[in-house]
Amino acid sequence: MEITVGDAVPVRATRNRSLVTRIIQSKESAIFLALLIIMGVITYVAPKFMSTSNLFLVSRQVSFVAIVAFGELFVILTGGIDLSVGSLMALAGTAAAYPMSIGMSVTAAVAIGIGVGLLMGAINGWLIAYVKIPPFIVTLGMLSTASGLVLGLTKGWPITNIPVRFLPVAQGEWLKLPIPVWIALALGVVAHVVLTYTAFGRRTYAIGGNEQATFLSGINVKKIKFMLYVISAVAASIVGIILVARFNSAQADTGRGWELDAIAAAVIGGTSLAGGSGSILGVVIGACIMGAIKNGLVLMRVSSYWQTAVIGVIIVLAAGLDRLKAKRS
Amino acid sequence: MESALIDMQGICKAFPGVRALNNVDFSVQPGEVVGLLGENGAGKSTLMKVLAGVYKQEAGKVLWQGQATRFHTIQDANQAGISLIFQELNNCPNLKPLDNLFLGRERFLKGLPFLDYSAMRAKALELFAYLGVQVDLDREIGSMSTAVQQMIEIAKALLTDVKLLIMDEPTSSLSDKETAQLFKVIRELKARGISVIFISHKLNEVFEITDRIVVLRDGENAGEINPRTGTMDQLINLMVGRELSTLFTRRTGSGIGGEVLRVEGITGAPRVLDVSFSLNKGEILGVAGLIGAGRTEMARMIIGADPKTRGKVFIEGKLVRIKSPRDAVRAGIAYLPEDRKTQALILPMTVRENLTMSIHSLVLRLGTFLSRAKENAVTDAYVSALDIKISDREQVVNNLSGGNQQKVVIAKWLATKPRILILDEPTRGIDVAAKAEVHRMIGSLADQGVSILLISSELPEVLSLADRVLVMHEGRVKAILAQSEATQETIMNAALVTEVQEVSA
Repeated sequence: MEITVGDAVPVRATRNRSLVTRIIQSKESAIFLALLIIMGVITYVAPKFMSTSNLFLVSRQVSFVAIVAFGELFVILTGGIDLSVGSLMALAGTAAAYPMSIGMSVTAAVAIGIGVGLLMGAINGWLIAYVKIPPFIVTLGMLSTASGLVLGLTKGWPITNIPVRFLPVAQGEWLKLPIPVWIALALGVVAHVVLTYTAFGRRTYAIGGNEQATFLSGINVKKIKFMLYVISAVAASIVGIILVARFNSAQADTGRGWELDAIAAAVIGGTSLAGGSGSILGVVIGACIMGAIKNGLVLMRVSSYWQTAVIGVIIVLAAGLDRLKAKRS
Repeated sequence: MESALIDMQGICKAFPGVRALNNVDFSVQPGEVVGLLGENGAGKSTLMKVLAGVYKQEAGKVLWQGQATRFHTIQDANQAGISLIFQELNNCPNLKPLDNLFLGRERFLKGLPFLDYSAMRAKALELFAYLGVQVDLDREIGSMSTAVQQMIEIAKALLTDVKLLIMDEPTSSLSDKETAQLFKVIRELKARGISVIFISHKLNEVFEITDRIVVLRDGENAGEINPRTGTMDQLINLMVGRELSTLFTRRTGSGIGGEVLRVEGITGAPRVLDVSFSLNKGEILGVAGLIGAGRTEMARMIIGADPKTRGKVFIEGKLVRIKSPRDAVRAGIAYLPEDRKTQALILPMTVRENLTMSIHSLVLRLGTFLSRAKENAVTDAYVSALDIKISDREQVVNNLSGGNQQKVVIAKWLATKPRILILDEPTRGIDVAAKAEVHRMIGSLADQGVSILLISSELPEVLSLADRVLVMHEGRVKAILAQSEATQETIMNAALVTEVQEVSA
């Protein structure tokens, strides 16, 4: 038998499923259908939902959650978790807002904010990838540490005196869409390309599928894991900084509980917490579903106390449906 | 003739697109050891799953002790006296032997909700003495050898009133000595009237231990063989439906060149002590030894998967520092791990994605993005070169047969164009035909100048392929035998005998 590999002869054509079939059969299309149904129901009960002004607000809110969830997705794809995103939002926001408030250039201040987030992500990544402490513990510790840092440094007082020219980052619009939506779209495209078309992305999925095999394939698993936590922290920091522009101040309790929203958006979007499967598109739809339901409940005058309960039920429902589908196939 | 313990008649079972079993008859008498053989996909597992109530057959009936029966779950089957011992052991590695043994069958202090450890300990010691194994009751069972864990599984079966023991590839990770111990136990059980169904790819063992061999091929009865009168050739004939004369013919290594790899004094925990050897261009160096002799550990240290405390690796005379599998790939060393499912394949990924896993840098477009066209070209080339049977390169590897999965792993490593190939149990758990193909492939690669380190627990495999045989024993190189010196006896002698001997190099 000759097994030198010379010219590549296509031995068998890939079964060509048409684009339409692939779209219909994709996991994302089922979730998208769910989104449409949810939006339909909300519109029926509260027609105001579809008004331009309401959709403007909802889409802006959704884009914040989506960006945090993009970062979370990278980590979850390897079977990890990042619980620190919420408090990193507050930390990065504070780190950017303070220099701004004392007159430093907006660009430099934003860079400082992102830099601080990046540093914290690097600490997360180093402890997880190289010291091998479980992600749950490390990021739980970071959640507490970062939030304590913010409270300690600001003594709980908000940082105000934010330069007016920074505010459009959250409050402005372009082509009738809120600026944060454009930022989320841009980041989403980049994240999608990285996950789908680069070796880094392929390896991220591979680690989630079988970490040991990936390691033995000659891939630097530690470096990739390290970078994933940096990515997650930076994504959270970006949102934290935009929220400074949104509220015209940096608040110590910004981002509280957002780690759960981000994880929920990923799970509703079809991401497996065991790692190995999930997509940016799914996360976007997941974030939309959460945003639509939260807003719908507000429009239907349901008390905000009940909202959390509804979201909780939906997360479990989404994961349950996924399980059911996996069982059937 | 007394009535059969189990009698399956005309069993039919289909899965979407596949007729898994077609009108299969299978019976076991009390106290009989029956070998169940067939290539992968011949229907052995499906038949056993119908027997144990995991699957429901479409046609045919199952008689258990003469009564038409249908078990609805494995628990049902257990209750009736059927125990299954799988290839992958079903135990809790974090628990100690007693907790595993009595899981779900705990003994309690009279009238109290507390475990009666002294009663459980006494019963366990009795069972282990009967089975002739030494078990440390104070250690977690995950840290014990496969052989001991398997004995604990058998002890678990004996705790119940077992009548039929189904063993699926029980010896695949046992050394010859441990296998002999297992066979002793099987004969004991047989003497007590317990029946055993023995599923294995190791044909000589099947001949040794069974009373009757039932062969399935493509989901149908292919025939039966009496191990006392039948021959290996007849058996293989039944299994594959054709002669496999190339099986286990001794290779004559030609054109072996100069030294490619030299390992000096590699030492590390656990179980690798001062290992030195050299490997030449185009040579196959077999590595034999008992399970636990440190062969896999040595390989993992060479490729940097585990740290070594001492020792050097030279490639073509130059000292190389290999600190991770990535360094090894760069140095031209490919390592095929012993367990393809847990260590080599990303099961939920496609054939293409698995095949290009180690060569991402070679299939890039614009230096950044993975090129689907290049990936497809590489995949197609290797799929056709290795004759991997897939319907589509986007097929998920989890759905492939063992033999085809192993070929994907081989393809993945050949794609890195290695100079040195370390194969760790390359034919474990794959069927006879695929095995012969993998053997031919290994020979052909050596002929093309690839240097191969072949770690294998199957002596016929080592004997038929290796140009020299390195025998390891308790972490050390015990002997390096030239092809002319290497026989089943000399290898086993080196692998088994404990006293210190002169190492012949």
